[in-house]
Amino acid sequence: MEIFFQAFLNVLSPKNLLAMILLIPLGMMAGALPGFTATMAVSILVPFTFVMDPIMGLISVSAVYCSAIYGGAFPAILINTPGTPSSIATCFDGYPMAQQGRAQEALFTIAFASLVGGFIGTVGLIAFSLPLAKIALKFGPPEYFWVSIFGLTIIAGLSGDSLLKGVAGGVLGLLISTIGIAPVGGDVRFTFGISSFQGGVELISILIGFFCIPEVLKMARNPLSSYLKETQDIAKNEGYKSVLLKGFHNAFANITNLVRSSIIGLFVGILPGAGGNIANLIAYSEAKRASKNPESFGKGNPQGIVATESADKGTIMGSFVPLLTLGVPGSPVAAVVYGALMIQGLNPGPELFTKHADITYTFMMSFFVAMALTVLIGMFAGMLFYQVIMRTPIRVLVPAILLLTIVGSYAVRNNYMDVVFMLGSGFLGYVLANLGFSPGPIVLGLVLGPIAEKGLVQGYLMGNSVSPSMPWVIFFTRPISIVLIIISIISALWPLYAARRRRRAV
Amino acid sequence: MKRFAVGLIIVMLMFVALGTFVDMADAAYPERPITYVIAFNPGGESDITARAQQPYLEKILGTQIIITYKIGGGGAVGWSDIVRAKPDGYTICGHNIPHIIVQPLQRKDTGYKTSDLKTVCWFQATPNILVVPINSPIKTLKDFVQYAKDHPGQVTLGGSGSYSANHLGTVEFNELAGISTVYIPFTGSGDAVPALLGGHVMGLMTYTSMYISYKDQMRALAIATDKRLPLFPDVPTFKELGYNYVEGAYRGVCVPPKTPDEIVNKLADAFKKVNETPQFKETMEKMGFQLVFYGPEESKKFIEERTEYYKSLMSKLIIK
Repeated sequence: MEIFFQAFLNVLSPKNLLAMILLIPLGMMAGALPGFTATMAVSILVPFTFVMDPIMGLISVSAVYCSAIYGGAFPAILINTPGTPSSIATCFDGYPMAQQGRAQEALFTIAFASLVGGFIGTVGLIAFSLPLAKIALKFGPPEYFWVSIFGLTIIAGLSGDSLLKGVAGGVLGLLISTIGIAPVGGDVRFTFGISSFQGGVELISILIGFFCIPEVLKMARNPLSSYLKETQDIAKNEGYKSVLLKGFHNAFANITNLVRSSIIGLFVGILPGAGGNIANLIAYSEAKRASKNPESFGKGNPQGIVATESADKGTIMGSFVPLLTLGVPGSPVAAVVYGALMIQGLNPGPELFTKHADITYTFMMSFFVAMALTVLIGMFAGMLFYQVIMRTPIRVLVPAILLLTIVGSYAVRNNYMDVVFMLGSGFLGYVLANLGFSPGPIVLGLVLGPIAEKGLVQGYLMGNSVSPSMPWVIFFTRPISIVLIIISIISALWPLYAARRRRRAV
Repeated sequence: MKRFAVGLIIVMLMFVALGTFVDMADAAYPERPITYVIAFNPGGESDITARAQQPYLEKILGTQIIITYKIGGGGAVGWSDIVRAKPDGYTICGHNIPHIIVQPLQRKDTGYKTSDLKTVCWFQATPNILVVPINSPIKTLKDFVQYAKDHPGQVTLGGSGSYSANHLGTVEFNELAGISTVYIPFTGSGDAVPALLGGHVMGLMTYTSMYISYKDQMRALAIATDKRLPLFPDVPTFKELGYNYVEGAYRGVCVPPKTPDEIVNKLADAFKKVNETPQFKETMEKMGFQLVFYGPEESKKFIEERTEYYKSLMSKLIIK
């Protein structure tokens, strides 16, 4: 117990608090700019941590990571563009809320949701690291394959009105994800002889294209109106205090949703290779599935953003579980931190809990403190962000956002091809949106495609060594796989059941 | 007319000034941040090395080093990109042997040829090492070979990437030992570790640097070097156990094809100085990296030698 107390005091030392307060706005800015991810923000930070003492360096990492993920929700709510892949599904209800003049309410709602997500994540990290890591190790290639299949079954929850269009979108996303060099085997596919296609498509530039461009085009159709005129600013009329209370109420009105989403985030974060991009989509679809009025989702239901924003905060801490216990990074950010730890002379793994327990527990504890500070600063930053966007006339806002989308999609990999893909998917997204396709399933297919493929090929090779005549058997015989298959079947059949229940209710 | 002449002179002077300015800019390389592209996952060997080099490089070159990633296709994504990058020395890319030799041999659409990559230097090596989980009943290489002989096609070995040193090494060792193990490629050596610890593969043909990070969770059976490494005095070499198997990956940096030689030499000097810094050396060796150095000229010969070796290996072995 003493060590926890000491760790807590370490985090709260004035020097470390100051470092966090200075870094949080920077992380938030990186997260809020589409194209600049949490991984990039942490990578930029890491070299500076070499000159700090290990504790301060690690605390800085948690501050930047938490704030970057937090900042990703701002553009999701305000301009329908996820700032990081962790806020994809935040667009689905956050942006409709903003269109109804409830942007401020949404921004306060995610603050409370994030706080709880961060708290549950930190508790999970501190209290259950070892058992959780053991579970994560049980996931081999066949399990990853089934996890991604389960992920694909949530398409129904993301597809809007037509399930068929949702499935078609998901398949399109899967197909797009196969462009480039195969993750296992290294074969070149669908590059049409253009060597720039080798790199495949970058999720972030596709996100920007699908979500942002159609919205900007819509704005451009009414150049004289401004964002403010179209929507009524409810916050102004009612006063910030009552909106703050509303946000608080939104977050805690459905405790089950809040806790479930945070735990989904924590678990998905623990699995190496799966992160916030998947967690927020799953949490969203589960929130919708459990809801009594699933129709209200996608039309500005605050429970949608409560789910996504608590889940993606949970993944932050989750991704450090395998890193700290086993030395296996659970996310790209954790991988960057792995390198930083090695250079500091801290060997990730069991040693961290014995020889360097003080540093390790301080690092774990710092996540919650960083999240709390992020929420506090984020409330004001969100307000500021909102005011800036609201006061900017459309004729300035549209070109400014377009410029940012180009800069952002280029910045991800410094690859001009990504800009081409972004504009192409933007155009495609605009056409598809008018045909009634929602971008959710396409993005889901794009995220899950590589994971499914890797799991399938590696699992097949494993199966080959078990029984060369029936290599597929391995996908159906392992206990966790069976559980995942059952969950996938239930999840896939759910829409039919829900439809029947609805018919009966009518 | 006079006014025109004066104007012309002014314009000409401006060009001259601009010219000198550009010349000066060249002389002052590097005058802005250098992008160091890593073609593999963050947290892997190339990334860890680059991050360790970064502060020293920044001091020596007097400019910021920005590390970015271009991941995929066993590195080919990054390398096909570097050959098209601006040859001004501000984009450098980590590259590896055998990857840059074997990929163009193996497939047509790599987007680069081995000769396209202008090697600045090779600065480190990580020998292959065969490991099993610490609780495995297999205690020695003899046990391993015996087990593999008793269970043909049933022993799975994970490793980093397809047609990598891990992959080719496994195939090579299979032939030397007369066994048939199944190689399962992962995207990066760090990616393969949870598969071993979780019992999804029986062993790893991995690099020394990975073994050292997980020493208390893995048992090394043999190392593919000429002599035992001082870092692992207890790990026997394949050679002393009777298998003439020496294999590993080399890491270095390359630049786009037309980069001027002065810039290449300047970069090579910087990397050499980094290698010679005692503190850096200690950090790297503690992490299981072997420091070597081949400058721009020696690298050409080195690549030729290795190309011959892999060509004969690829023609000898049918890689499925």
